[in-house]
Amino acid sequence: MEASLYRMVRLIRRFEERCVELVRSGDIIGGIHPYIGQEAIAAGVCAALRFDDIITSTHRGHGHVLAKGADPIRMLAELCGKVTGLNRGRGGSMHAADFSKGIFGANGIVGAGGAIATGAAWAFLRQGGGDKVAVSFFGDGAVSQGVLLEAMNLAALWKVPVLFVCENNGYATTLTVSESVAGTICGRASAFGIPSSTVDGMDAAVVFEAASAAVESARRGEGPAFLECLTYRFDAHHTWEHKARVRYRPAEEEVSGRLRDPVEIAGGRLDPAERESIDEAIEALLDEAVAFATTSPAPDPSTALDYLYGSAVLP
Amino acid sequence: MGETLTLGKALNLGLRRAMEDDSKVILMGEDIGKLGGVFRITDGLQKDFGDERVIDTPLAESGIVGTAIGLALRGYRPVVEIQFDGFVYPAYDQIVCQVAKMHFRSRGKVRLPMVIRIPFGGGIGAVEHHSESPEAYFSHTAGLKVVACSNPSDAYWMIQQAIASDDPIIFLEPKRRYWEKGEVDTAEELSVQEPLHSSKVVRPGTDVTVLAYGPMVRTALDAANAAAEDGRSLEVIDLRSMSPLDMGPVYASAKRTGRVVVVHEAAGNLGMGSELAARITEECFYSLEAPVLRVTGYDTPYPASRLEEEYLPDLDRVLDAVDRSFGW
Ligand SMILES: Cc1ncc(C[n+]2csc(CCOP(=O)(O)OP(=O)(O)O)c2C)c(N)n1
Ligand SMILES: [Mg+2]
Repeated sequence: MEASLYRMVRLIRRFEERCVELVRSGDIIGGIHPYIGQEAIAAGVCAALRFDDIITSTHRGHGHVLAKGADPIRMLAELCGKVTGLNRGRGGSMHAADFSKGIFGANGIVGAGGAIATGAAWAFLRQGGGDKVAVSFFGDGAVSQGVLLEAMNLAALWKVPVLFVCENNGYATTLTVSESVAGTICGRASAFGIPSSTVDGMDAAVVFEAASAAVESARRGEGPAFLECLTYRFDAHHTWEHKARVRYRPAEEEVSGRLRDPVEIAGGRLDPAERESIDEAIEALLDEAVAFATTSPAPDPSTALDYLYGSAVLP
Repeated sequence: MGETLTLGKALNLGLRRAMEDDSKVILMGEDIGKLGGVFRITDGLQKDFGDERVIDTPLAESGIVGTAIGLALRGYRPVVEIQFDGFVYPAYDQIVCQVAKMHFRSRGKVRLPMVIRIPFGGGIGAVEHHSESPEAYFSHTAGLKVVACSNPSDAYWMIQQAIASDDPIIFLEPKRRYWEKGEVDTAEELSVQEPLHSSKVVRPGTDVTVLAYGPMVRTALDAANAAAEDGRSLEVIDLRSMSPLDMGPVYASAKRTGRVVVVHEAAGNLGMGSELAARITEECFYSLEAPVLRVTGYDTPYPASRLEEEYLPDLDRVLDAVDRSFGW
């Protein structure tokens, strides 16, 4: 488990660093919201999931999509808007998805995933027999959105097997949690009678343990659970900030926030030789992904109307 | 005589002047204070007017617009910023069910002087939710007024007129034109400006009338320049107000040229072009030499980044429509 957690944390980190380079080179159009610093959460939570469980993700979604098992090569092609991408270049960074693996998509609308995950988990429950769960990842900003609170109420009422995972990185763009959240984040869960806990989101092993407990209780039919993971975003809210050079986080905080690095925490538990061989394999994989993405064709404009409807438009 | 300003800076100065003129004007939105907005339209305003008047709100569009209604009913003039076009939808219920109907519902007893500013349209490499043109949804809703500025001078004056209006206004800002520069005579008086809900001939011509608003006005003007080289004279009208529409100058122009092309980024199906074509046909039928033609985005969700250029109307597509108009 330690090696696989490290591998995923490291993969996400390097994937994101490569993406930032591809934004700079113009291969990824429109920029990304880098997940750098928060990798332990996606890695830890998804390690507690099975292939047939479902997740919904956010605008900062690459880590979740990778950790739930999407192919990094096709994922990168997606971010570059190429036909070989997971969604044939139609989704891009903010809407990458792989429904075949239970990845119901990154989402450009903050808070939207919470209700979708609740519905998916409710379907599991209604279909009976299984013990599948759904997980909704969202940020501290999303807890102010009505739709998320509505979803939590429904999930609790109907004992839906859904896990709400709040990645509290201290900021919604420039707004601090203390400026945006009255009461506490977990207090929202308590209000609906949903059991919650707050854990160290920098340590993938800690997240894995907490997520496993929550997922197991949902699998047993005990209804929803809520996990608040404390973390720090190491990079910009969005790569746009690299150019705009905005300052809204105190310089000391940016230093102290990065002191505990999920990659080092997970990597420190491995034998250095093992770590090195994991790192090498990741570099080779990402080299391949970048080469594949940059040489793949862009969608043909004549296909722009494809995928609009499931059934024929004309009889 | 005036200053050269970007459209974004002109909006910033317009907001500043409105805030200086009326202490009831308050700004609300996500990241508008400390950051000055992701497009920097409110840059420096919190520093100068304080955080009681320039309010960084939590991420809650429905709540932001809903509370702005209450503030407006109690005498404030709230100006709400929606960060990107696609994020207005969580507030859509508040806008359509409450904002649009308060005055009517109260049989005129209350006024709702609020402005909802929305950067709209594509062209910046962003995706779904960050590039949309929602004007038709709002124009379809009676009780709302919908305007779009296209150049720095209009941006400066129209935002002040919108704030001064006693009716709720959806104020659309062409985000990809934020950085384009133009002359603004800030020394003039607000009262002498053309009315907010008026359309304007921005380039006179004789052969074809091109109707546009927001980001497409620049595209239409570029097309007019290109057409002039081929000996065709396009008259470009900046509609400025999508609701109510000021059709007088449009009818006058259509009757003179006999040919009309409407350009907008939003999808064609039931877009502004549909309404404009219908009205022009009803009013100018005997003067028309060709059907009113539309140059619009396609009937799909806003496309992925690599198809954006194909999706957005550009100079070539406008000129092609002009050619087709002459083909009749
Ligand atoms: C409904 C909606 N409103 C506004 C935005 C613009 N926006 C994108 S991310 C973001 C901040 C999100 O903060 P948080 O939920 O804490 O996630 P983080 O970015 O910190 O990962 C905002 C305001 C959006 N995407 N959706
Ligand atoms: Mg956050």
